Amino acid sequence: MPPREGIYGMLAEFNTPSELVHATEEARRAGYRRMECYTPYPVEEAAEALHFHKNRVPLVCLLGGLMGVTTAFLMETWISVWSYPLNIAGRPLFSWPAFIIPAYEWTILFAGLSACFGMIALNGLPQLYHPVFNAPNFRNGATSDKFFLCLEATDPQFSPTGTRAFLEQFEAVSVVEVDH
Amino acid sequence: MATKTPINDPMIDPRTGEYAVITPGHTFKSVTQKLAGLVLTSNTPLGWFFGLIVAAGIAQGVVIGCTWLFLKGVGIWGVTMPGAWGFAIINFVWWIGIGHAGTLISAILLLFKQTWRNSINRFAEAMTIFAVVCAGMFPLIHVGRPWVSYWLFPYPNTMNVWPQFRSPLAWDVFAVSTYATISIVFWYMGMIPDFGTLRDRAKMPFAKYFYGLLSLGWRGSTRHWIRFETASLLLAGLSTPLVLSVHTVISFDFAVAALAGWHTTIFPPYFVAGAVYSGFAMVLTLAIPIRKFYHLEDLVTLRHLDNMAKVMLATGSIVAYGYGMEVFMSWYSASHWEFFMMWNRMFGPMGWAYWILILTNIAIPLTTLWSRKLRVNVGYLFFLSFVVNTGMWFERFVIVVTSLYREYLPSSWGTYTATKWDYMIFIGTWGLFTFLFLLFVRFLPMIPMSEIRMMLPHTKITRRGANAETVSEELT
Repeated sequence: MPPREGIYGMLAEFNTPSELVHATEEARRAGYRRMECYTPYPVEEAAEALHFHKNRVPLVCLLGGLMGVTTAFLMETWISVWSYPLNIAGRPLFSWPAFIIPAYEWTILFAGLSACFGMIALNGLPQLYHPVFNAPNFRNGATSDKFFLCLEATDPQFSPTGTRAFLEQFEAVSVVEVDH
Repeated sequence: MATKTPINDPMIDPRTGEYAVITPGHTFKSVTQKLAGLVLTSNTPLGWFFGLIVAAGIAQGVVIGCTWLFLKGVGIWGVTMPGAWGFAIINFVWWIGIGHAGTLISAILLLFKQTWRNSINRFAEAMTIFAVVCAGMFPLIHVGRPWVSYWLFPYPNTMNVWPQFRSPLAWDVFAVSTYATISIVFWYMGMIPDFGTLRDRAKMPFAKYFYGLLSLGWRGSTRHWIRFETASLLLAGLSTPLVLSVHTVISFDFAVAALAGWHTTIFPPYFVAGAVYSGFAMVLTLAIPIRKFYHLEDLVTLRHLDNMAKVMLATGSIVAYGYGMEVFMSWYSASHWEFFMMWNRMFGPMGWAYWILILTNIAIPLTTLWSRKLRVNVGYLFFLSFVVNTGMWFERFVIVVTSLYREYLPSSWGTYTATKWDYMIFIGTWGLFTFLFLLFVRFLPMIPMSEIRMMLPHTKITRRGANAETVSEELT
C-alpha cells in the first residue's frame, strides 16, 4: 500500500474521561461519524458515545468452539472405528462417552484461540504503524493517563480549521493535527 | 468485627471495617509510574540476581536428573511393582494443582466481578503457566521412552498408529495441553495493553523494540478496548469449566482404575478443591515476598491476603470433607478391600504420611484460618502457605502410594521408596519454577496496569459540568 499523505485527523487531548465522553457525544451530535477515542483503560461510555455496538468477537468464538467439538469428535470416531480399531476387553469401537472428554477440551481450545485471535484480527492488529503515533503528545499519555478524541479527515464534515475550532470549545489540553 | 479494628488505620474503610483493595491516593499516573517503573528501571535489585543464580543452581537438579534418566531409563527411580507410579505422577498432580488458583483468580473471580483480583491476577496467571511447565514435564519423562513422547498426540504418522481415546492418559494429553495453551493465550492477551504502556515509556531502544513488538501496535482505541474486554470475558468463561475439567480428568487417571482407594466418585470435586487449595497457598507464598520486596503493599493489600485466606478456608473444608467421605465410604461400602486399604493407609507402614497430611492440610490451617487476626498476619500466612503446600503434596503421595503398594493379593504386596534421582528432579522443578518466575517479575508487568486504573475513583464519568473540575483537580 503506498504511503498516504496529508492530514489523518484532528486529535484533542483531555485530562478526564468525563471530558472525553462529553466531547465525543457533542461531536456525534454535530454530525461527525468517523472518529475514535483513545483511552488508557476501557471506557464503556466512550463506546456508547461512538455508537459502537457491533462486536463480532462472541460470534467468532462460538464458531471456533463448534469447529473444535466437531473436529475432535469426528477425529476420535474415525481413528477408533476405522483407522485404528482396537478391541480392548470387548468394548465397542464407537465408545462415544469416552470421546466426549477430548472433544470437550478441544471445544474450549478452539473457542479460546478464536476469541483471542479473533479479537486481534477484528482490531486490525498487529499494526505497528498508525498515524496517531505521529502526534507528539499521544505516546506520553494515551497508554497511561490521558484521554484522546480523534476526528478523522475522511469524515465529510472534516475541515482543518472548522474541526479545530469545534474541538477547541471543549476544555481540551491541546488540539493537534495528525499527519499520515 | 468492624468495631474491634483500629479506626485510625488509613487502610481500613471506616464504613465497612474492611481493608481497602488499593491504598487511597493513587492516580492513573502514579499507578503507571510505579508499575512500569518496576520493569523499565535500569537498576535491577541485587537480590534479584542472587535469587536467579540460586534458582538456576537448584534447577540443575532437573537437568542432571533428566540426563541420567534418559541415559539409564526409569529404573533409576523408585518405581517398581506394585508401586508402579511414584514421584512422577505425584509431582505432576501437585504442580498442576498449584496452577489452578491462577486460572481461578483470573477467570472465576473476573466473572463474579471481584475487583480485588486485579492486583494479583497477572502473577497468579504466570504462576499457573510455570506450574504447568513443571507439571507437564513429568508425564513426558515418565513414559519410559521420552524421546517419542510426541506419540501421545494424534498426528498422521507413517506407522498409521493413533492414540487410544478410551484411556484417561490420552485424555490427560488433551486436558493439559489445552490448559497450557489457553493459559498462555489468556496471559499474553491480558498483557497487550500493558506492553503498549511499556513501549511508550521505555527509554532504551531495545526495550522500545521488544515491547513494541509484543504490544502488536496497541493504541488504546475504544473499539479495540470493547473487543478486548469481550474476548477477556469469553476466555474467562471458557477457562472456568476448563480449570474444573483439567483436574477432573486428572482425577479420572485414578478413579477409572479398579483399585481400592482410587475407584471413587468423590475424586473429581475433591481433587479440584484440593488443587485450588494448594494453588492459593502458592499465590500466598509468592505474593507475600513480592509485595514486600517491590514495596507493593499499597496495591496488594491485607484485603487480598485476607480474601485468599478465606478461599483457602473454604476449599480446605471441602478437602476435609473429602477425607472424611473416603473414610466413611470405606466403612459404609462394606468392601473388604476398601476397608483394609483405609486401615492400612492410617495405621500401616506408611501411616506417618497420612497423619502428616491430616496435620498440615486440616489440623493447622482449618483451625487457625477462622481467626481474622491470623488471616491478616503476613508472617503467619507465609508460614501457613508452606504448610498447606506440604500437605497437598502428601495428599498425592498418600493417594498414589498407599493404594498401590497393598494390592488385592497379599502375594503381590511390596513397598515404595523414592531414590535420590526422584528427589533431585522434584527439587529441581522448584528451582525451575522460581527461575521462570524471577524472569517474569523482572521483564513483564506483574500487576496489570490497565486493570488497576479501572479501579481508581477517577474513572467515574460525570455529566457535563457536574464535577468534572473537582476530578481534574484531584488528578493534578
